[in-house]
Amino acid sequence: MSFISKPRVPVSKLPKNELGLTTREYEGSMSTLCAGCGHDSITAALIQAFWELNVEPHQVVKMSGIGCSSKTTAYFLGDAHGINAVHGRMPSVATGANSADRDLYYVGVSGDGDSLSIGLGQFAHALRRNLNMLYVIENNGVYGLTKGQFSASADVGSKAKKGEVNQQPPIDPVITAMAMGGSFVARSFSGDKEQLVPLLKAGIMHRGFALVDVLSPCVTFNDHEDSTKSYAHTRQFYHPAVHADFVASKKPIRTAYNEGEVMPVELHDGSTVLLRKVSKDYDPANRAKAYSYLHDHQKKGEIVTGLLYIDEGQRDMHEVSNTVPTPLRDLAYQDLTPGAKKLAEIQDRYR
Amino acid sequence: MTSRVNDFVVKIANVNGTGSASANGLLMKAIFRMGIPVVGKNFFPSNIQGLPTWFEIRVSKEGYLSRSGKVDLMVAMNAQTYAKDLAEVAPGGYLLYDSTWPRDKQLAREDVTLLGVPLAELVNKEFENIRARILMKNVCYLGVLAALLDIDMQVIEELLKETFADKQKLVAGNLKAIELGYYYAKEHFQCPLPLRLEKMDATKGHIMVDGNTMAGLGCVYAGATVGAWYPITPSTSLMDAFKEFCEELRVDPETGKNKYCIVQAEDELAAIGIVLGAAWNGARAFTPTSGPGISLMNEFIGFGYYAEIPAVIFDVQRVGPSTGMPTRTQQADLMLAAYASHGDTRHVLLFPADPAECFELAVKAFDLAERLQTPVLVLSDLDIGMNDWMVPKLKWDERYQPDRGKVYTREQLKEMQVFHRYTDADGDGIPYRTLPGVHPKGAYFVRGSGHNRRGGYTEDAAEYQDVLDRLTTKYHTAKTLVPLPVVKQKKGVKTAIVSLGSCDGAVREALDILNRQGTEVNYLRVRAFPFGKEVEDFLDRHERIFVVEQNRDAQLKSLLLIETQVDRDKLHSILHYSGMPIDCRCIVDGVTQALAKGAAA
Repeated sequence: MSFISKPRVPVSKLPKNELGLTTREYEGSMSTLCAGCGHDSITAALIQAFWELNVEPHQVVKMSGIGCSSKTTAYFLGDAHGINAVHGRMPSVATGANSADRDLYYVGVSGDGDSLSIGLGQFAHALRRNLNMLYVIENNGVYGLTKGQFSASADVGSKAKKGEVNQQPPIDPVITAMAMGGSFVARSFSGDKEQLVPLLKAGIMHRGFALVDVLSPCVTFNDHEDSTKSYAHTRQFYHPAVHADFVASKKPIRTAYNEGEVMPVELHDGSTVLLRKVSKDYDPANRAKAYSYLHDHQKKGEIVTGLLYIDEGQRDMHEVSNTVPTPLRDLAYQDLTPGAKKLAEIQDRYR
Repeated sequence: MTSRVNDFVVKIANVNGTGSASANGLLMKAIFRMGIPVVGKNFFPSNIQGLPTWFEIRVSKEGYLSRSGKVDLMVAMNAQTYAKDLAEVAPGGYLLYDSTWPRDKQLAREDVTLLGVPLAELVNKEFENIRARILMKNVCYLGVLAALLDIDMQVIEELLKETFADKQKLVAGNLKAIELGYYYAKEHFQCPLPLRLEKMDATKGHIMVDGNTMAGLGCVYAGATVGAWYPITPSTSLMDAFKEFCEELRVDPETGKNKYCIVQAEDELAAIGIVLGAAWNGARAFTPTSGPGISLMNEFIGFGYYAEIPAVIFDVQRVGPSTGMPTRTQQADLMLAAYASHGDTRHVLLFPADPAECFELAVKAFDLAERLQTPVLVLSDLDIGMNDWMVPKLKWDERYQPDRGKVYTREQLKEMQVFHRYTDADGDGIPYRTLPGVHPKGAYFVRGSGHNRRGGYTEDAAEYQDVLDRLTTKYHTAKTLVPLPVVKQKKGVKTAIVSLGSCDGAVREALDILNRQGTEVNYLRVRAFPFGKEVEDFLDRHERIFVVEQNRDAQLKSLLLIETQVDRDKLHSILHYSGMPIDCRCIVDGVTQALAKGAAA
């Protein structure tokens, strides 16, 4: 719960970004999640990502649904508007917000219940629209706020705290996004900030729907032995396939990589993502190959992570809709009304 | 039969998917262009091809807009429904049928004159193409009717040329089919019939248009830029109209880019979510739907109410419950809309009575939604939305500026110490809001969970109740802002009718009939919920009030009982809920019988 106010104490030693802001100014209210919750690490990574990108906090719009994960939008960027919509329906609210103003940054935080059960339809259709937003799923395989039921991302055989064993196959958001035509598909782990922060940065700057599925263990209900979403299990089967470095547009790209193993992908704003293959036979630009790689490794019980697929060429919702570059909400009324003479003329058609 | 000039009903029974809609539309328009008031009702099936469909045209020199409740001339083009169609003709009326094939012996009534025209035979001789034969048969009966009713052939020719402006070669074929029917009728019957047309000058300054078109146009004039929807009969043509008008009026001529964004959503839940997201972020946004869509939207409507986000929702009502009859009309979503969503919620509703009001109230809905920061539902119905009505041409006031409500600007925020989202600074229950991205000081967190006046999360009893009570204050403010009722009254008359929406035409006609019978009745048509002082006063002034509405459960009456101080014993329901638009007869009968009973008692 976000009613605990957090005093902003200036800490002089903290480094400042190009806007002269420290990470403190990218924080929000105090987290009320359980101590050790993976979600808090993701919140910290988001703070780091926006700070490093030099984005003005109030230029960001935070979207979420209902659940533990959805509460976290209150815990970062206190100077940004946030909306905690109804359960599983954040993608539609984000679609509307984005249609009104295409210039702001949209970041959605959701969970496996919010996106893969009640909200699977909206999640899929936001993907299909290629809505320009960063969409983070804080994935822990369990319903926390209602105390420990399996979610749709729980693996077959995974055991609940009270001993029940999950029998139903999981819905994997990454494989789903690949199949639905997602233009940016990534997976990471709340315990790997080094991997996560560049992925979030690339996702924020990607024009289109950037899915980052982050395994984020629930310390209270799903971190025990025989759970496949625990810290220990995730660390053991963690399989980074691609490493992504994010290079902001102003910095020259250093060529400290071996030709052939690194793939630079230029984003719309001129910044670049450098993809370094960790696994030689992985191709993050080939949907079919990436898909089958994910599938094969999932069968083996491995958790493939990294920027798994990216296509900067896909048109986002506004490009498909052919909307004017000016945010629709900023159009003056004179620009929108056809006027009295036109109304008379239109009505004459119905004589 | 005595001569009946400009006062009769023609009903055409047909099979859907045969192009009859355009022939019937042309017939109605021709009468309209002859300066004669006319109204058309399309009774169509929830189907694409092969099921019965009817089109009823009422010619009314008095300008009555509702159904008369009887048929004087039936054009029976559908063998499946012959018997039923014949039975519907009023004594002394006519039935026109295709005599190409032998007539069923059952098809006879002593008090109905049968007019047989070998339509198929006439058309088949002239046209080779099979589809053309089907279409032209419908055009051919137009010609027969032109002779029988004395329709101005020049007007028909003009209309054909306009209809096929891009396909002039179709004009000759259509004209030929019309002439076939016209000359056959002239030769075989005594033309014109006693039911006939005579030019008038009563349609000047009027248009023939449907409500969905006008509501869509209203959204354009209101400055709406975001429309989200999921296709559902009978609301679909509203978004079609908005899209067409936008393609014409809202494309930047230099860049070819759109000054609007229409999202066809995956369902109605997403459609209202999109509207709330867009409106929260400062765009005027709307969604058209029908009853089943409102059912789905309930959770989000409650969110909009509690988080105080503007939204405009058009509910073009159809017959319920459940899927009901999607192509029939009703006013049965009143209770659903008024209290949509769980918890304590009450919403602003607007009730247009005709296509002109669909335009006016569409614009008003956006102003109210932004002024009150709440969802506003415009409740029209299939009859208004999809049928062409004769309405006075509208004038646009160039001075109109949208009321965007209480929104702090960047400059105001800059000067401010601190911004709290949900305080009642002005005492009217309406707080100030800010838009994302404008200024850091304006940032707040929207939530459907318990919140206090500062916008913070709360589970504190007093803080929660404080916000809920302010919403009640806002509800009372809404009463002073919504459109006033339309009242027709004489001093001293103690009997009244209260009604809404598309009942208006039938009520007005019933009032005239009752008046001629010596019964004076006053009339109030509510145009909005919540009910303001004017409604309350009207109820107070009358002793006996008939509430006329098109649903089974007396929903308007229920709302009046719940939300006003009216004495329960004063209110009497007159209900019509068959799915067919209401006619004046049931109102006249209802009032007359009740008054007679009252007199006897």
